[in-house]
Amino acid sequence: MTTTVYADTPVEVDAEGFLTDPGQWTEPIAERIAEENGIPELTDRHWLVVRFMRERYLATGSAPSIRALGKESGVPVKELYRLFPKGPAKLAARIGGIPKPRGCI
Amino acid sequence: MTELLEHPMREEIERTTIEKVSIVISKGSLEGIYPGLIMANGARMEGIEADLFFTFFGLDAIRRDRHAKIKVATVGNPGLHLPTLVGALPGFSAFATRMMKRQMEKLDIPPIPEFVELVADSGAGLYACRASVDMFDLSMEDFVPEVRDILSVGEFYELAAGGEIIFT
Repeated sequence: MTTTVYADTPVEVDAEGFLTDPGQWTEPIAERIAEENGIPELTDRHWLVVRFMRERYLATGSAPSIRALGKESGVPVKELYRLFPKGPAKLAARIGGIPKPRGCI
Repeated sequence: MTELLEHPMREEIERTTIEKVSIVISKGSLEGIYPGLIMANGARMEGIEADLFFTFFGLDAIRRDRHAKIKVATVGNPGLHLPTLVGALPGFSAFATRMMKRQMEKLDIPPIPEFVELVADSGAGLYACRASVDMFDLSMEDFVPEVRDILSVGEFYELAAGGEIIFT
């Protein structure tokens, strides 16, 4: 575990760069992580996905599958991949300050 | 020749990442189709480029009239740990399929038609094998709309160039 600084805020991250404590997350931090991962600006659609991921994780203790993300977030699968080309579930989790999804689906 | 015998340095192995996979699905049973779909979906979720090539009975996964009727192979499948004669009883395959589907739904693994659509929507290319299509006397109309094209083996290799090929 290491400490890194996003938007002037020190946060704890794991070896892959995911926040280890979702409580340290703020919106400016999300914007900085997104920028670092090839998304210069988070649109309303990005935010919809990031917030859905985060809320679902905080409520259930696990991140939703890509299937659930496509069906329930309000953003269909095709658009998810347009918004997050390097992997929607993984990237939205990283930006949303929650651990990396561990499921296979 | 001596160079081939030397092991590549460990750091070099660790630094390599997979950028692209081409997955061949050659079997038409439930357990023959799912692994390829799961691997393709998993690749796209990691941002890895993925293409699927359906050949022989694997074509059933993309056939409009068959993709919702894929069954577990209950005969000649030692993994089930059942006598072959039991597996051959009428209705047994349907029963085993129902059990497995229920289990998969619990794990949020979609049924095959929905999974094929999900994988296609994620940007993976779906292709049918020319030789198998000719052998079964099929055409594009027999396949779900997500299928992009019918390819010869040569065209498949062209498409797969620069990536890993996974045969299932």
